[in-house]
Amino acid sequence: MAQTVKFTIDGKQVTSTEGTTVLEAALSAGIFIPNLCFHPDLEPYGGCRMCIVEIQGMRGMPTSCTIKVAEGMIVKTFGPEIDKTRRDALQLLLANHPTDCLACVKNQRCELQKVAAYMGVTERTMQRTARPQAVDESNPFFKLDRNYCILCARCTRTCNEITCVNAIDLVSRGDETRVSLFQDQQFMESICRSCGECVARCPVGALVSKNTVIPSSEVLTTCCYCAVGCSMYLGVRDGKIVSVRGNSEGKSNKGKLCVKGRFGIAEFVTHPDRLTSPLVKGENGQVQASWDDALQIVADRFKTYSPDEIAVVASARTTNEDVYAVQKLARAVLGTNNVDNCARL
Amino acid sequence: MNLSGLREQANNAWKAVNEPSRPQVLVGQATCGEASGAGEVNHSILETLKRLGIEADVHSVGCIGACYCEPLVDIVKPGAPRICYHSMTPALVSELLEDYLVKDNPRPDLALGVWGESRFGIPALFELPMFKPQMRIALRNAGVIDPENMMHYIARGGYTGLERALKMAPEAVIAEIEKSGLRGRGGAGFSTGLKWKLCRQAKGSPKYIICNADEGDPGAFMDRDLLESDPHAVLEGILTGAHAMGAAEGIIYIRAEYPLAIKRLVKAISQMRDIGLLGKNILGSGFDFDLRIVMGAGAFVCGEETAMMNSIMGRRGTPRPRPPFPAESGLWGKPTSINNVETWACVSAIMEKGADWFSSFGTEKSKGTKTFSLAGKINRTGLIEVPMGITLQEIIFGIGGGIPGGKSLKAVQTGGPSGGCIPASMLSLPVDYEALTKAGSYIGSGGMIVLDEDNCMVETARYFLSFTTSESCGKCVPCRLGTRQLLTILTDITQGKGKPQDIPAILGLGKSMRQGSLCGLGQGAPNPAMTTIAYFREEYDEHINSHVCRAGECRALISYTIIAERCKGCAICLRACPSAAITGEKGKPHVIDISKCSQCGNCLDVCPKKFNAVVKVPAAGPAAVPAAKG
Ligand SMILES: Cc1cc2nc3c(=O)[nH]c(=O)nc-3n(C[C@H](O)[C@H](O)[C@H](O)COP(=O)(O)O)c2cc1C
Ligand code: SF4
Ligand code: SF4
Ligand code: FES
Repeated sequence: MAQTVKFTIDGKQVTSTEGTTVLEAALSAGIFIPNLCFHPDLEPYGGCRMCIVEIQGMRGMPTSCTIKVAEGMIVKTFGPEIDKTRRDALQLLLANHPTDCLACVKNQRCELQKVAAYMGVTERTMQRTARPQAVDESNPFFKLDRNYCILCARCTRTCNEITCVNAIDLVSRGDETRVSLFQDQQFMESICRSCGECVARCPVGALVSKNTVIPSSEVLTTCCYCAVGCSMYLGVRDGKIVSVRGNSEGKSNKGKLCVKGRFGIAEFVTHPDRLTSPLVKGENGQVQASWDDALQIVADRFKTYSPDEIAVVASARTTNEDVYAVQKLARAVLGTNNVDNCARL
Repeated sequence: MNLSGLREQANNAWKAVNEPSRPQVLVGQATCGEASGAGEVNHSILETLKRLGIEADVHSVGCIGACYCEPLVDIVKPGAPRICYHSMTPALVSELLEDYLVKDNPRPDLALGVWGESRFGIPALFELPMFKPQMRIALRNAGVIDPENMMHYIARGGYTGLERALKMAPEAVIAEIEKSGLRGRGGAGFSTGLKWKLCRQAKGSPKYIICNADEGDPGAFMDRDLLESDPHAVLEGILTGAHAMGAAEGIIYIRAEYPLAIKRLVKAISQMRDIGLLGKNILGSGFDFDLRIVMGAGAFVCGEETAMMNSIMGRRGTPRPRPPFPAESGLWGKPTSINNVETWACVSAIMEKGADWFSSFGTEKSKGTKTFSLAGKINRTGLIEVPMGITLQEIIFGIGGGIPGGKSLKAVQTGGPSGGCIPASMLSLPVDYEALTKAGSYIGSGGMIVLDEDNCMVETARYFLSFTTSESCGKCVPCRLGTRQLLTILTDITQGKGKPQDIPAILGLGKSMRQGSLCGLGQGAPNPAMTTIAYFREEYDEHINSHVCRAGECRALISYTIIAERCKGCAICLRACPSAAITGEKGKPHVIDISKCSQCGNCLDVCPKKFNAVVKVPAAGPAAVPAAKG
């Protein structure tokens, strides 16, 4: 059991556990500290400098996302000096970021916008330093528009720490730093597996899904692509699936998805080629039938074989529970041990 | 095993140089010497000796610091002291050898000084204004010995400090270093003893130590010279630290742009291995340690300790927030201690001569000595080592011999790109950590760039910002974008596009960068701009309000004209002008069309001195734009 730690933030007593960062402890105690490069799934980074605070006994303004809580710590999250320093960093970001928020798919869901709004920033005060940056649209599912990038490195850390693919990283120095693929390749030329985990964590409109539609409601479900059983929210609008989001509470995926789940579901669910009822092969070719009729035919035919003549192959798209039921049927009902799974898609 | 067996051999080797039975010739061949032609001089020496049929030994030594008058050649003739000759060329050295070795004329006209007492009418080297105020501890052997000959180092007391340390408990060694008052020479000035103690006490194994030889400040070359001139002084310090902290492995992180230093380090490390100073059970003390070299690709930020550790581990060289400090969690998450090259060289001297001896130099809080590289508008450029507390006045006018060309001193830039400019009016400032920090600058690693009346302070700030803008690692916002913002504003000012509100903008943003940046690069980057505003505000105001650059350095704010009465119409300038801006008939006064002029200044440079017809006027040509409103 992790040790309990008591400390104060802005005069308020907060209880947290050892190993938690000051930022996480503050957020879970309902105290907001602006942040951009922080992401709960990723290792602390300390790049955006939005989350600076003052901590008694520590020099300067440490970043709350990188400091671990300690017993008796006294943290101050606002004040004129902190505010000015934070505001200047934010203004620098804004001076280097596109200005037309309405034209951005992340409008109103953008974390940079949210931080600016929280800090009451309504105008830009610094000289524009933005220069045109390359856009990568090679991937069929998402694009990287570096003009919007704030270099929080959430995407590159995701690709390194979470997916372990390491397709993207930051390259070059200073304000020439950019998210890049090996030797400045395009996504589709690279080892990128299109899982979109980076897209899911980008706080701004830099890495975005190509057809972004905001759903009117969301449905919690389990991905039917393979047997891992990733928990996901399908966004629905006008009776159609328009978005997919990993469920961070999901036991087997903890919010993560692969390319099939994230980008394949909407198309496949409503695809015209999809079979929606059983087909029975007869003299007139394949004819639609009801489930009762179809299953009756199967059951009748099974009776003409001895158990050892029967083999059962389960689909890799079935869930673990379904596969369990299938082998139960094979062994207990059909009486055969010839059970297999195609195990690949 | 101990080194006493080797000491006699070493003493003989050293004696053969200083009290020789045949002539000894020593050529200063650090990179500075090589750059000024020491290689050709060495070649000429060998040819001449062959031609004259003289049996002599020729050695390569490091740099004694008098970079302004290199190549340097020392000659020791049997029965005579070592004499140092300066500004050698292949022809001159050949003449010198013939005169001195054959005709017995020591050529006082070519000599810089005699090692020891004055002789043959040649002054004593260490009584010269350049050397007298110096105290050479880290540089004790630089330019004295052959850095590739370990016997020379041992003969000069080398490795006695280590032998002493190995007989002491690690804690006692740390106490000795703490008592000496030694503070890190890499910039921050943190107590070395305390740093070692934290690493010693940290839990975790193995422990690592790192020698920081990245040295990326523009104008700084202390560490390079030291490694090229006396690698064992540094290596002995590292070994001592390893024993004190209980480290198993040491890494020397050095930029690949220092090939000669690397070559000499590689050689020195293999010499150490040969005599059992590296590996298992060093000198029979039961202590195991090994060293390796990691070459950096030349990023300034990789001199920062956490970025350096990332780089060593094969990651992108960017800093990470501290805590955790390297002493708790450094390389591969293990306790790690990082010290600068010069710090390590001081350690070996302290262990040899004692903490009290070391702390007898310097000021109350800054003990010992510090090396500085003197560069810029100064007569005697070079590498010096002075006791802490010496004044800037003594350094610049005493050791450095003042400003060339009868110009007047304007400012001294110290501390590299994170440092600041100290105005001439503050020359009585003692050079120590506290005093320079109070003045808004830093000792830094020891770069000292002297600026005279022809240097524009806005342009100086702009130059340093252009360096930090491109060297920022890009990780954190205040530095990555703040340096660009400051550079944009400063560039505008130097181009006559400044606005009055630029000054408060620089100061405000500068403060936020100091407080908000992740590492020292971004924290220090505004310093050149902030100190020049503090001390040279009037120059900023002139640029902004009157479009005048008094130093005449900002191209957009100057123009060139030809004074008709002086012009003889020789057409030299006409031919030298790359913009075809000059017209005029032969023999008649020429004129410059300022709409075509690119302010390159070629005309001024080529106009014969006796005519002196071209003048630079600090007035706005067409390149300057009207002041922006607001
Ligand atoms: C941007 C930056 C560059 C640095 N470059 C160097 C360097 O080139 N050499 C060096 O010794 N220290 C450099 N430092 C300081 C190191 O981080 C570290 O403090 C030092 O190596 C510790 O050694 P010391 O205690 O012996 O000074 C740099 C620091 C920063 C922030
Ligand atoms: S693309 Fe998005 S996630 Fe990646 S660094 Fe840029 S802003 Fe951050
Ligand atoms: S201050 Fe500059 S160099 Fe240091 S971490 Fe930030 S961006 Fe990198
Ligand atoms: S959230 Fe802490 S530095 Fe970005």
